[in-house]
Amino acid sequence: MKGLRIIVLAKQVPDTRNVGKDAMKADGTVNRAVLPAIFNPEDLNALELALRVKDEIPGTTITILTMGPGRAAEIIREGLYRGADGGILLTDRAFAGSDTLATSYALSQAIKEMGEFDLIIAGRQAIDGDTAQVGPQVAEKLGLFQVTYVEAVLKIEKTKITVRRRLDNGVETVKAPLPLLLTVNSTAPDCRSRNAKLLMKYKHARTVTERQAATEDYLYLYDSRPFLNIHEMTVNEIKSEADQLGLLGSPTKVKRIENVILQAKDAKKLTAADKGINDLMKELIDSHVIG
Amino acid sequence: MNNIFVYCEVEEGVVADVSLELLTKGRSLANELKCQLEAVIVGAELKDIEKQVLPYGADVVHIIEDPRLAPYTTSPHASVLIKLFQEEKPQIALMGATPIGRDLGPRVSSALHSGLTADCTSLEIGDHEDKKAGKIYKNLLYQIRPAFGGNIIAWIINPDCRPQMATVREGVMKKAILNPNYPGKVNRLEVSKYVSDTDFAVQVIERHLEKRKINIKGASIVVSGGYGVGSKENFKLLYDLAAVLGAEVGASRAAVDAGYAEHERQIGQTGITVRPKLYIACGISGQVQHRAGMEESAQIISINTDPEAPINSLADYVITGDLSEIIPKMIKYYKQNTK
Repeated sequence: MKGLRIIVLAKQVPDTRNVGKDAMKADGTVNRAVLPAIFNPEDLNALELALRVKDEIPGTTITILTMGPGRAAEIIREGLYRGADGGILLTDRAFAGSDTLATSYALSQAIKEMGEFDLIIAGRQAIDGDTAQVGPQVAEKLGLFQVTYVEAVLKIEKTKITVRRRLDNGVETVKAPLPLLLTVNSTAPDCRSRNAKLLMKYKHARTVTERQAATEDYLYLYDSRPFLNIHEMTVNEIKSEADQLGLLGSPTKVKRIENVILQAKDAKKLTAADKGINDLMKELIDSHVIG
Repeated sequence: MNNIFVYCEVEEGVVADVSLELLTKGRSLANELKCQLEAVIVGAELKDIEKQVLPYGADVVHIIEDPRLAPYTTSPHASVLIKLFQEEKPQIALMGATPIGRDLGPRVSSALHSGLTADCTSLEIGDHEDKKAGKIYKNLLYQIRPAFGGNIIAWIINPDCRPQMATVREGVMKKAILNPNYPGKVNRLEVSKYVSDTDFAVQVIERHLEKRKINIKGASIVVSGGYGVGSKENFKLLYDLAAVLGAEVGASRAAVDAGYAEHERQIGQTGITVRPKLYIACGISGQVQHRAGMEESAQIISINTDPEAPINSLADYVITGDLSEIIPKMIKYYKQNTK
């Protein structure tokens, strides 16, 4: 069977699971600088799913597409170390302030420039927003069928794919035509770790902007090793309507943001001392809260 | 025209609780906006289905029935909503933040270029002034949700695009029958006008649905653990206490992410919302997303080594100390006092 052309949609996210006390600035805005930036966890599950297809069907190629600031090239390198074949960083000031709809518009316009594909695989949702919207919104914009919450690919035929979906209340086996967009759950297998050979091969992979900022003298490498070039795609390389991009192209607006301020109740304070806990249990039993 | 629409999910002939909760909320929003509330039901074998939704105050129930419309797949359901919304131009469209609603909502919003806010914890009507454009918007839907790791609460609006779409998790809104004989109309839609045969290209070839084994939502006492519990082994203490009290065990997202508890037990904005008689929070710091799922509990006990844990501000009883010491004592004194 002929190899598949797979696009993996990935996002670099602040690690909101490890938000510390400095996460918020005094003015109530998020202090992104102190939050570690990571490969969105479910996008790693998506990459693993793609890599398993590649393991099974030789000749399959995987291209990572991510939209974000320049530093998001880090996750493309991370993907290359694990077995992806290439990556595109979609980056431009014109995309700033995008909500999920403007993001999916920019991504789908970029995908239209990437040539033919058989599968687009994305993580179900990103941990900085938890919306799970970008995958289905991209599918709609590209006129593709979608299957969400996938945890395994069961069978690939010439024009069809069979997958298993994980829902809150069970599992479904679904057959769908290619080309297709899948979103992948965290119940799918974890992503394999970096491959030492690939790490050596790709450690100098850079975007144009990164190369310009580089102080080390690896520049001679990029002409002889084109695979080290991470394609930086700007708004000029996609066909787009300005009113669909960024803040202007985002129907949702943030009206107001409030810091969470806690009004303390008058709580009874106890320690692990026996008397207090005995009294508490008595009180709860007497008031029929328990027992 | 310009009414409030609620997409109602049906599984085996029963309308989902979350849909009835949204109809209840939709009814009160419709009263405030002086517009009508309309339900949309898409599926197979929907005989008398309107009887389940009319009592919640739906003025119109749109029903589209075809054997191929169940089990749910994305494209046919999306086609129905996209076409119906283009015709009816709702000002607000609500759906459950369920696997189906989260699959369908973004698809519809993408086609209609309308804004969609996921996992709202509150919906209100209010005005908005755009000072730059010198424009005042009346009666917008404020879609309120915690954001960014729960450090902030965001009020999201869609000033210019319609419908204003939002998803809400099951249990966040309360369901209440308005009138058992509410006189709403039924509008049966013709399938071929809304769905094309090519929409059915994705096929569900097998389904294994399990009834939810864990019933945290219905429990009157919840013993819940956070990252501070420290390990899966320590979580066993929570199960011990729950067994003695007749409680269910819940968990914060951090505990679920750390692998201490199953995903089905997650309480909070992206999990289950509970309102038990007693909520015992063990080693939970109390981020806003977690609190969104439990703050309406009648009584709250917080057990935490940190006397400044944010959750303590919600608690009726704050026990400062090590839960591996405290929980066995709670079990011991419960048993002594009930003998």
